[in-house]
Amino acid sequence: MTAIADDTVPKLPHGVRFREDKTRDQFILVGPERIFNADQVATEILKRVDGKTTFGDILRQLTEAFTADEATIRPDVESFLIDLRDKQMVTL
Amino acid sequence: MNEAVFPNPATDATERPTPVPQPPLGLLAELTHRCPLRCTYCSNPLELDTRSSELDTETWKRVFTEAAELGVIHVHLSGGEPTARKDIVELTHHAAEVGLYTNLITSGIGVSEAQLEALFDAGCDHIQLSMQGADAGVTELVAGYKGGFEKKEAFARAVVARGFPLTLNAVIHRMNIHQVPDMIDKAVAFGAKRLEIAHTQYYGWALKNRAQLMPAREDVDRTIGEVAAARERLKGTLVIDAVFPDYYAKYPKLCNGGWGARTLSVTPAGKALPCHAAETIGHLEFWSVRDHSLAEIWASSPAFEAYRGTVWMKEPCRSCERRHVDYGGCRCQALALTGDPANADPACVKSDFHERLGAIATTEASAAVEPGAAIYRGFRKR
Repeated sequence: MTAIADDTVPKLPHGVRFREDKTRDQFILVGPERIFNADQVATEILKRVDGKTTFGDILRQLTEAFTADEATIRPDVESFLIDLRDKQMVTL
Repeated sequence: MNEAVFPNPATDATERPTPVPQPPLGLLAELTHRCPLRCTYCSNPLELDTRSSELDTETWKRVFTEAAELGVIHVHLSGGEPTARKDIVELTHHAAEVGLYTNLITSGIGVSEAQLEALFDAGCDHIQLSMQGADAGVTELVAGYKGGFEKKEAFARAVVARGFPLTLNAVIHRMNIHQVPDMIDKAVAFGAKRLEIAHTQYYGWALKNRAQLMPAREDVDRTIGEVAAARERLKGTLVIDAVFPDYYAKYPKLCNGGWGARTLSVTPAGKALPCHAAETIGHLEFWSVRDHSLAEIWASSPAFEAYRGTVWMKEPCRSCERRHVDYGGCRCQALALTGDPANADPACVKSDFHERLGAIATTEASAAVEPGAAIYRGFRKR
């Protein structure tokens, strides 16, 4: 697993949408023939994947929102985004 | 975060006489049966809907709005050739606006760059292009259309250049099964992100042409190996999804996630179907979107209720430990090959018709190919 640089801007490519599914009361990440259910943590990360916010800023925002330690959450957020990149659902 | 999704609607409600359906996830909108291609494997019905019977723009828009409200996530704009409709951009825009993920399923023939641009701006999320062969000769033979391959290649490259994710869908049969590795190479060369290697499902025109299409067992087995090797080699470049043929299977496929469980189709003329081949089951009562909302149809249409869950089952399905796995397979195939849609799908080893199915496949696959004998899809001459 390669690390993500802090100035990388994660982005949803064309054809991937993150949205609320009101019918099923959850957030979902949708791609061609694919639907991922986003749990609460995934939702908080994906809300910040807007094509403008850098990885470093996403981490800072999550650290503040959850009063968490950046060093603790960094590997989790990183592997989450890298996994989605491998599935072609996020570009890094 | 889990890849799969929502509880299988049928597992928790199956034994009840009228299971309460969970909301559908997908809508196949067959906007028109008109198509420039005349593919011998087409799964459209033999009796195609005419242009004059097609739903108008406003009705389709209402259907898309109702679908989004009902909980549908993906809408597949299909046909026939969906871009043959003059309102395709307007319909796409509306579907995207109400929150549906829009997938255009196209032959790529006759779609101009300007139209592609307009579809992009309208919010089209994804394009699925059909591929009949890896070269001009096979493509023409299968699709009954001259120059198809060149047009498809140009279209594929334009789609990728514009920034759409592209999936190629290759329906596999005896006329093109030798080209599977070449089709994989072409998918990479065109810049596709996904490739579907889908062995023919024998409905509609494909059932009519089955004797010309059925591949030999050893060729099918070879493609399984080819696909597995390519998946490994192309990890991160191309995702390959594969569907292998029923006729050589041991167990049937779970058709559309279960009858009336996950998806629905609407025909060009407006009939709502549990699957796109369901009209072959002649005694079912299908409701039209002209008369009913999608929510009413999903909850109470007799055709949707007919084979939901497991209460309709006979033996060997009724007591089968796999009844919640595949729900007895495909009702349309059970009808076409056994005469009774409530029988087990003959693809199942437990079906009394299973051996006969294998025999049909072996016999048809070993007969000589007569390209001229395949019947090309088309409207009935009046």
